[in-house]
Amino acid sequence: MKREFALLGFMGSGGALSKIHELIREMQVSRVMTANVFTLSPDATMKELEDLLREHHISGVPVIENQELVGIVSIEDLIHALENQQLDTPIHEYMTSKGLITAHAQEPVMEALRRFEHTGIGRMPVLDARGKLVGIITRGDITIALLGALQELYTEAEAMQQRPQHFFDALESENTSLLLRYRIEKGNFARGGDASAKIKRALLRIGASPQLARRVAIATYEAEINLIIHANDGGLILADIQPTEITIVAQDSGPGIADVDLARQPGYSTATPEVREMGFGAGMGLTNIERCTDRMSLWSAVGVGSRLQMTFKVSPEETGETSDDD
Amino acid sequence: MKAREIVEQLGWQVLAGADHLENEVSGGYAADLLSCVMAGAEAGHLWITLQTHTNIVAVASLLGISAIVVAEGAPVPADTVQKAEQQEMPLVSSPDPVYQTIAQLIKLGI
Repeated sequence: MKREFALLGFMGSGGALSKIHELIREMQVSRVMTANVFTLSPDATMKELEDLLREHHISGVPVIENQELVGIVSIEDLIHALENQQLDTPIHEYMTSKGLITAHAQEPVMEALRRFEHTGIGRMPVLDARGKLVGIITRGDITIALLGALQELYTEAEAMQQRPQHFFDALESENTSLLLRYRIEKGNFARGGDASAKIKRALLRIGASPQLARRVAIATYEAEINLIIHANDGGLILADIQPTEITIVAQDSGPGIADVDLARQPGYSTATPEVREMGFGAGMGLTNIERCTDRMSLWSAVGVGSRLQMTFKVSPEETGETSDDD
Repeated sequence: MKAREIVEQLGWQVLAGADHLENEVSGGYAADLLSCVMAGAEAGHLWITLQTHTNIVAVASLLGISAIVVAEGAPVPADTVQKAEQQEMPLVSSPDPVYQTIAQLIKLGI
């Protein structure tokens, strides 16, 4: 269940932030704490404490008597003992035993973090539901755990961005596709190629090879320009991207093509002289499209409209994946 | 040879995309009909043309052209220069007609 939410989290803006929030609120102390905790008895000497701290590079130790937590002793207490030259003194004279602040194994890290903030202490013994000592937690433990979780999050997000397979694999359905829609304005040559460029960029971003993206871009550009030149009210371009096949549909609501076979002949064009002056109207558009697509169908009726459907197969070489880095 | 070296050796004027001339030039293509360019030009090519309206930028960037070369010093509209700058597409101007421009490129081994 959490998994799906996490995936959605990657896509929205601020996804990472809400993920950190979720981590702090939901991550339990037991996941962050050090479980194999060193302990000392109240009768051990401050010298024994010094040796333990030095040997294990730690800064504090819970004090246990008859399997009960009776106090906590830290490097600050050791400094006091050193100042007083009392290293042979038993720990119970220096340890903190009254008003011991502890954390609970099952509580959220957020709660533990608040207690650190309010009390200014450096570490808390962690108790289970029966009050038995099960670990110790420091602010550093929380930082390391959060950074680790964040790192994991970023690595996953990065992989998602770069691999179309991962992108599609994460979404379960009988047949998953990504649908992009673009409205094309009649006569707006200044924006000619915008939809094609956006489709090309989208394909590259989800991991298509440059060759595939180029094939799709060239065919889509020709279709886009046809809509700008000929369609009465402009038209619509739909890109349906699936893991194994990409389909681009360009459709309009008129004027319609009188003779589709003639329109498909290389060099045939009905473009006006003004349009030809800009370099369009060579009558090569549909020829170019056919060359770039794996399948193309053109339907048209005068007074109704036209629908051009172009299909591109995604061959394994065209996914942009390199086989040796998986 | 990089686009920058060609532009410097032939003394062409850079109109846009001066920071994006590090592309290796793999060849060239000359035509003014955009569909022909779409069919014939390859990624990495220089495209020599007399067309100057904004659509040349869209075509060139879709194809991955390394630089658009406007021949005969033809005046290029400001919106084309602006679009080329936006899309990081190098746009340069050769004072010579298309034929001589190509001849100079061939001399350089392009």
